[in-house]
Amino acid sequence: MQRRTLLTSTAAALVAVSLAGPALAQEPLKVGFIYVGPIGDLGWSYQHDQGRLAVEKEFGDKVETVYLESVPEGADAERALTQMAMQGADLIFTTSFGYMDATINVAARFPDVKFEHATGYKRAGNVATYNARFYEGRAVMGTIAGRMTRSNKIGYIGSFPIPEVIQGINSTFIHARKVNPDVEISVVWAYTWFDPAKEADAARALIEQGVDVILAHTDSTAPLAEAAKTPGVIGFGQASDMLDFAPSPRVSSIIDNWGPYYIERVQAVLDGTWTSTDTWAGIGEGAVVIGEITDAVPAEVKAEAEALAAAIADKSYHPFTGPLNRQDGTPWLAEGEVADDATLAGMNFYVEGIKGDIPQ
Amino acid sequence: MPRLERRPTPSRLWTAATPVLAVIATMFAGGLLFAALGKDPVEAIRTIFWDPLFGEFASYSRPQLLVKAGPLILIAIGLSLGFKAQVWNIGAEGQYIMGALAGAATGLAFYPGDSPLLFPAMVVIGALGGGLWGLIPAVLKLRFGSSEILVSLMLVYVAQHILSAAAFGMLKNPEGRGFPGSRNFQQFPAAFNGELIAGTGMHWGVVAALGSVIAAHVLLSRHILGFHIRVAGEAPRAARFAGVSPALLTSVCLGISGALAGLAGLFEVTGPAGQISTDFASGYGFTAIIVAFLGRLHPLGILLAGLLMALTYIGGELAQLTLNLPSAAIQAFQGMLLFFLLAFDVLSNFRIRLARRARA
Repeated sequence: MQRRTLLTSTAAALVAVSLAGPALAQEPLKVGFIYVGPIGDLGWSYQHDQGRLAVEKEFGDKVETVYLESVPEGADAERALTQMAMQGADLIFTTSFGYMDATINVAARFPDVKFEHATGYKRAGNVATYNARFYEGRAVMGTIAGRMTRSNKIGYIGSFPIPEVIQGINSTFIHARKVNPDVEISVVWAYTWFDPAKEADAARALIEQGVDVILAHTDSTAPLAEAAKTPGVIGFGQASDMLDFAPSPRVSSIIDNWGPYYIERVQAVLDGTWTSTDTWAGIGEGAVVIGEITDAVPAEVKAEAEALAAAIADKSYHPFTGPLNRQDGTPWLAEGEVADDATLAGMNFYVEGIKGDIPQ
Repeated sequence: MPRLERRPTPSRLWTAATPVLAVIATMFAGGLLFAALGKDPVEAIRTIFWDPLFGEFASYSRPQLLVKAGPLILIAIGLSLGFKAQVWNIGAEGQYIMGALAGAATGLAFYPGDSPLLFPAMVVIGALGGGLWGLIPAVLKLRFGSSEILVSLMLVYVAQHILSAAAFGMLKNPEGRGFPGSRNFQQFPAAFNGELIAGTGMHWGVVAALGSVIAAHVLLSRHILGFHIRVAGEAPRAARFAGVSPALLTSVCLGISGALAGLAGLFEVTGPAGQISTDFASGYGFTAIIVAFLGRLHPLGILLAGLLMALTYIGGELAQLTLNLPSAAIQAFQGMLLFFLLAFDVLSNFRIRLARRARA
């Protein structure tokens, strides 16, 4: 079959689906999700799948959801997305940065299917983007870390040196320093999002350097398991609540909560009001949730952390508020000035006080 | 009691029949697995093996079979030459990465050039990159007697780190807003390996894969090198008398398999994958080992095995989408294929005798 006939026939099928879909109440809206890891990773992909389940719960018979898990980024993603669109998906969430070009390519071929790409920056008429302000949660974790450390050394397991992770490191450090001027931060780059063995190695290396609070931007529970082996070392749940390690070493957590956004976007498609948007939601919108702070944390520290989370939620405080200098001492934000989203989205520098270099 | 009796030479009949038996047994065992998961086994098997070829959207998935099978076949052909001569290159994944990196770097160095010689030059350098990476274990084996199995495997991890470094550093897209990953070759026509005929999935990598099948067949049946490879594998002592130099043969086998893996990487990065990214390597180099054995190290067998493997990937995706099968079940299904193949191998090397002594 020629490409043109293929495209026309699929386009015709899609038009038929998209016309018939919202018009007839009994035809459910087909919502697709594509995950980079297994849904059982208990981290990133698991949380996205929780969002999918929230959509099913909210809309019941009005939607039908499908998903593909462990889809490698690159050529496989493009094929998986095409298959999903051909199977009649009306709205597709692509939940990893590496799906960006594949999403844009497939969206161009299926103009009637709506796409939502997580954490990317390329949009089109039928491609929206969304992300969460994880750095808001990091500010709360940083405050707890700064108060709780005895050695004044906190450790951070970075996944990849991309803006999202650098925001987290900066936010953690700024707020730890704020409550503890002697605190130092050590960063170890794991170059993975999910690799329990590597993450455990990184945690062990940090603990051997005298670190007693560990934060991770990787998704497994391995850093917490490692922290549990050394008395006095604490850590935080990442992406998912990781309550198995509560009350200590897991003293709190940053939870990715995609459900509210997914529900909102599915509703928009049902209502016919969907447009391509760029959403960056934080604690206030419920996209980032601070997991319960356990009794291992003194009550006054807990109160301080919760107050900070509340101030971020009602937008009375921004975690990147001046005066702040870059690592080399040049001024970044003046007194009271707040970082703009464009700078944050491309953040490639440490703030003053962090030692070490960002790998280039 | 039946017992096994070693055949003087492997049975030709069974050597050809076991892959077919293995596929049938996999269908049965896989069907049981799917039934245990609460899915209709017949529908699941049909979705995996039939729908991609003759289903509703086969006009899309048939070309995709070629795209997916191309690199598998190209790499497996190279590996099979070594395996026949008892040279065990387990590191095709690393050679695939290095070929892609070398070729892509060459192309990107001339961005946005439009010389018609650019792509051919990238192809040559891609093959060289993979070939030289494959020769490292050969040199170490000849110089220090190290095992090429271990060295080639360990070099995969080295290559993966170089890939990471390149995606974050040297080859990072200067217009990529600080995010990792190179420029996309789709926006670089002189270096892009697109479809040769629209809608067929045929790109230069598929052409090279088909060419390698023919070349390997001619080599093994007509050329003195092919004779040396076969003799070295089947009767190493005889090979020495026939004037085969083990050192030269090891180097040639590792060099050729490395070069073909490098070519596969180059065609993939400039075509279906589109860019160098941290997740560029998606395991083709390891899957190709299975393909080589599934194809009985025979060029034509490898061609069929590569297509079959691609079918299980694409059909597996369809089954995930339409039947909600977990991806782990699909992986287990693919694993069964190799398991049954090895198990049925008993039949080609042994004869089953029902226990009875010749009557006196």
